[in-house]
Amino acid sequence: MAYLSTDKVEHHFHDVVIVGSGGAGMRCALQLADAGHRVAVVTKVLPTRSHTVAAQGGINASLGNVASDHWHWHMYDTVKGSDYLGDQDAIEYMCRAAPLLVRELEHQGVPFSRLDDGRIYQRPFGGQSREFGEGGQASRTCAAADRTGHAILHSLYQQNLRAGTHFYQEFFALDLITGDDGCQGLMAWDIARGEYHLFQAKAVILATGGAGRVFRVTTNAHICTGDGGALTLAAGLPMEDMEFFQFHPTGIADVGPLITEGVRGEGGYLINANGERFMERYAPTAKDLASRDVVSRAIAQEIREGRGCGPKKDHVLLKLDHLGEELIMSKLPNIHELALRFADVDCTKDPVPVQPTVHYTMGGIPTNRFGEVVYSKGRNKEVVFPGLYAIGEAACVSVHGANRLGGNSLLEIVVFGRACGNQVMKHLREHRYHAQLDVDCWQRGAERVERWLSSARDRREGPSIADVRLRMQTIMQEHFGVYRTEELMAEGVARLESLAGEMDRAVISDGCGLFNTELVEALELENLMALARVTAAGALARRESRGAHARDDYPERDDERWMRHTLATLDSEGVKLGYKPVRTSPMTVESFPPKKRVY
Amino acid sequence: MSEMIRLSIFRFDPERDDKPFMQSYEVPVTKRGMKLLDALNYIKWELDGTLTYRRSCGEGVCGSDGLNINGVNGLACITPVTGLKQPVHVRPLPGMHVIRDLVVDMDHFFDQYRQIQPWMQTDTPTPEHERLQSPEERALLDGQYECILCACCTTSCPSWWWNGDRFLGPAVLLQANRWIVDSRDEATGRRLDQLEDAFRLYRCHQIMNCMEACPKELNPTAAIDSIKRKLLARKS
Ligand SMILES: Cc1cc2nc3c(=O)[nH]c(=O)nc-3n(C[C@H](O)[C@H](O)[C@H](O)COP(=O)(O)OP(=O)(O)OC[C@H]3O[C@@H](n4cnc5c(N)ncnc54)[C@H](O)[C@@H]3O)c2cc1C
Ligand code: SF4
Ligand code: SF4
Ligand code: FES
Repeated sequence: MAYLSTDKVEHHFHDVVIVGSGGAGMRCALQLADAGHRVAVVTKVLPTRSHTVAAQGGINASLGNVASDHWHWHMYDTVKGSDYLGDQDAIEYMCRAAPLLVRELEHQGVPFSRLDDGRIYQRPFGGQSREFGEGGQASRTCAAADRTGHAILHSLYQQNLRAGTHFYQEFFALDLITGDDGCQGLMAWDIARGEYHLFQAKAVILATGGAGRVFRVTTNAHICTGDGGALTLAAGLPMEDMEFFQFHPTGIADVGPLITEGVRGEGGYLINANGERFMERYAPTAKDLASRDVVSRAIAQEIREGRGCGPKKDHVLLKLDHLGEELIMSKLPNIHELALRFADVDCTKDPVPVQPTVHYTMGGIPTNRFGEVVYSKGRNKEVVFPGLYAIGEAACVSVHGANRLGGNSLLEIVVFGRACGNQVMKHLREHRYHAQLDVDCWQRGAERVERWLSSARDRREGPSIADVRLRMQTIMQEHFGVYRTEELMAEGVARLESLAGEMDRAVISDGCGLFNTELVEALELENLMALARVTAAGALARRESRGAHARDDYPERDDERWMRHTLATLDSEGVKLGYKPVRTSPMTVESFPPKKRVY
Repeated sequence: MSEMIRLSIFRFDPERDDKPFMQSYEVPVTKRGMKLLDALNYIKWELDGTLTYRRSCGEGVCGSDGLNINGVNGLACITPVTGLKQPVHVRPLPGMHVIRDLVVDMDHFFDQYRQIQPWMQTDTPTPEHERLQSPEERALLDGQYECILCACCTTSCPSWWWNGDRFLGPAVLLQANRWIVDSRDEATGRRLDQLEDAFRLYRCHQIMNCMEACPKELNPTAAIDSIKRKLLARKS
């Protein structure tokens, strides 16, 4: 008896398949491989090309190497930073685990910068405090100069080489194989050879990163297209809180590359066209180190009121020359390089033009704090979907709620990468054998590819994917920016829905089987479009301002009605919205009730 | 009319072409500080969707888009396109098997990386806290750990072209050195033993191409030299 109704598809058997080789995927792979499991990592780029490599400023942990610190203070800051949309059990778990995980990274070889006494260097970052906001600024962000992501990603790759993890690199995940009893595997496309592969597994873990490319200007890599979320939607499962995209206050104006918050942590500050240090007006205590949503809104406000810089008055300036060349070259060398290359500015002498830029996807695939994907069924809002897991930026666990604190994402990827690995091991003990697959289960994935290849081979006429993508990104940029209104968003939703209708007619011109990157871009565009639609619908519906979702027409947070997570599903009829409560009960400590955020 | 850039780009689709050829394109300058990657993207998105190349971060940190640009290796995403002599000749990294157009097979390069066991190795028990390292000890890693494994250096090294099956090449030797100089790593002896080999290390003749090619301004030659000196010192 054949397993599949085709011989076009190579069939693999693994205990676990992890989609994604960023920090989250590789930390999880390591946990499982070191425990002796057969782990396959499927990744659309070579592992060290994953976007974790671009992270700059650092990773948070209450090591207290510079000034006394406590995980409970870290937890408080994270809950407050999330604008009370974060799930407090997951936040407690993450902040408690942070010191352990960061030291473990050090043991795994991460070349952290050092203090004079030889311990890990820590710098102040936005939204950090001691003693629950009462004890002044904390220094919680552990850094390897301003290349912390590179240092972590390479170390985790090295550890996986040691552990013998199987990498299927430049393989594109096409479709989840799901049935009544959960997720059983994954269909993928070998980009280089142009072949289909079916990975059968007892557990599938999505670690596919963020979706910043739904917008036109972003700090995210070209590959950040939210693929895991789109696979989840296609499986009939929801996405959570996608209306919350973080605008980082300091992307290089017009082009996007990030200038880390570490610059302000080291003493840099923002000025407007009058040379005024305007953050003092918006956040008298924390000033430039207020939380990101606050700083981004302040910049947008300055620009709206005509105090922007440059001929178009569309950005502000980040001043750091006063820090001195020596500090810049030892603690911020990469920033120096980026400013020179992308803004043509020597930051040891001149300020860098910056503007709020799409940076981080707070929303994602809904999970509990074990990384298990959950959905709502009737009254039960968190039913586990067996065999499917999500971690990292792709997931919404949710430790970031409506606004992520800098340095918490690198932390999230290692903490939940490991936790998920441990949870999967439990699952494997109870699920010893691979399930029987439907012999036709490969078809839906293959159709995704064939539809595009045939458009090229038959030379069909239609809009190009580059054209559709740019229009989508422009709609998102213009209608779902830092400040949102009912009117603007309603128009955005309408335009987006009509554009989505054009996807069926879109074509590519490359019909070649080998290393067809136009095909990959087409598949990514399908994914982006799905995520843009749930983002837009969720944003329009949420009539309040919370964290990164700021509305002119509803300027206040409304805890009564909106302290809840959005759950969006997508089918042929469009986006459907549902909601679930925030998990306000931590694991062991008392809950932090919502209060007004002041920085 | 806006300023135009002329490019001549290496094309090869093994399913269709008997042999590679150079194809000409003209691309408008779309913004100040435009990079070669912007030009390639313009071609792919506006002129010819079949042009094939790798890219990810777009800011010189992921190492995807090492290319041979007017005869010199570099990263497309940080190479300003306006300063280049035209037509800009863009080819895949030299000495590599071409999969398609500008995409080369990186397997051997990463295999060689694995051969040096590039992970922290210690025999002493793992401490409860971090392993201590002074700022001076840590400074020895600067200029080494930043490598993005783009292979620009290795594929510019004549010794690697001829003996790449056994000579490890500059990028991998730089990484070998990164672990040798890390005060926390306890396998220095074993690492040096493994490199003491006529081919793995000693095929480097200090031609310095590698240093000039490195887009991150790292210096593999100095690292190789330092390994050689350590080996010598060990003998005497
Ligand atoms: C410029 C920048 C700077 C940052 N700085 C910091 C910082 O200082 N501190 C901090 O805490 N956070 C920072 N962040 C955020 C943080 O880096 C990311 O959130 C985090 O690295 C995400 O890791 P990940 O493992 O979830 O995903 P990624 O590293 O993005 O990896 C995603 C993986 O999924 C794979 N993949 C995706 N789709 C598919 C598919 N269809 N098929 C197969 N494989 C697929 C990709 O190949 C890749 O390997 C920064 C982010 C940016 C953009
Ligand atoms: S210095 Fe050595 S490694 Fe560098 S190019 Fe020359 S021979 Fe190759
Ligand atoms: S040493 Fe430089 S050129 Fe060589 S692989 Fe590393 S970053 Fe690239
Ligand atoms: S695209 Fe990442 S280095 Fe050029």
